Amino acid sequence: MEQKYPIKKVNIICAKGAIEDVYATLVMGNGAVMEGIETNLFFTFFGLDAIVKSRMDKLHTGVVGNPALRLPGGLRMPTLLGVIPGMEAFTSWMMKKQMGQLDIPPVSEFLDLITAGGGKIYACKLAMDMFKFKKEDLSEHVSGVLTVGEFYEKAGGEGSQIIFT
Amino acid sequence: MAQKTYAGVTVDVNEEGYFTDPSQWTKEIAAEIAKDEGITLTDQHFAIIEFLRNRHLGGEALSIRSINHSGIIDVKTFYQLFPGAPLKKATKIAGIPKPASCI
Repeated sequence: MEQKYPIKKVNIICAKGAIEDVYATLVMGNGAVMEGIETNLFFTFFGLDAIVKSRMDKLHTGVVGNPALRLPGGLRMPTLLGVIPGMEAFTSWMMKKQMGQLDIPPVSEFLDLITAGGGKIYACKLAMDMFKFKKEDLSEHVSGVLTVGEFYEKAGGEGSQIIFT
Repeated sequence: MAQKTYAGVTVDVNEEGYFTDPSQWTKEIAAEIAKDEGITLTDQHFAIIEFLRNRHLGGEALSIRSINHSGIIDVKTFYQLFPGAPLKKATKIAGIPKPASCI
């Protein structure tokens, strides 16, 4: 079906490093690549963890102050339970297990898929400086470290959208 | 239900052009659909089409990730063989429904 104003390019910004934040970016980014849409992913602040080699496959989900988090069976998880040692690791492990069953790949493999289809991955220069990361710390799939101005330049064009997850 | 004629055979398709009955599919039909998409099919195309058909007929969900596990080609080659929207194009040419997966 011919759309009148098709989306031709998406530029997705990921500023948080919890499993659900990073996967929102990766799923939407990969989905865009699969549709033949030009795709730029921009990782900044805690979102950088998703493209730092030593951290990308060890992301966690927050168990404190997350009112939507439920225990197996559907009961709300009381925030106080979140402070029990190991609870965050266990919850994160459960999340990854559930995602694996749906054929959702680990972060490193997701970056493989996105770049194989021509999607581009960028890191934020300011956040890199702030967290004292070097280019060598990043996945080989990262195309470059950008300033905000360079990001906006890349995001330009007709039918282009900027999405902040 | 809509119908289309490929290689002299009339087949049932949905409004987006995907086959509603995969058993009506033949290699000759595939070549004609591919031509409409601007693709000339090679043996490599047919190998992956067969993989997609077998997987679909076996009741398994199709995802871009499953291509890497096909043992035929990697995802990068898949994007080159079916430029643009590879899984959508490949399933259309393979005579199977459009994948309902987000991955």
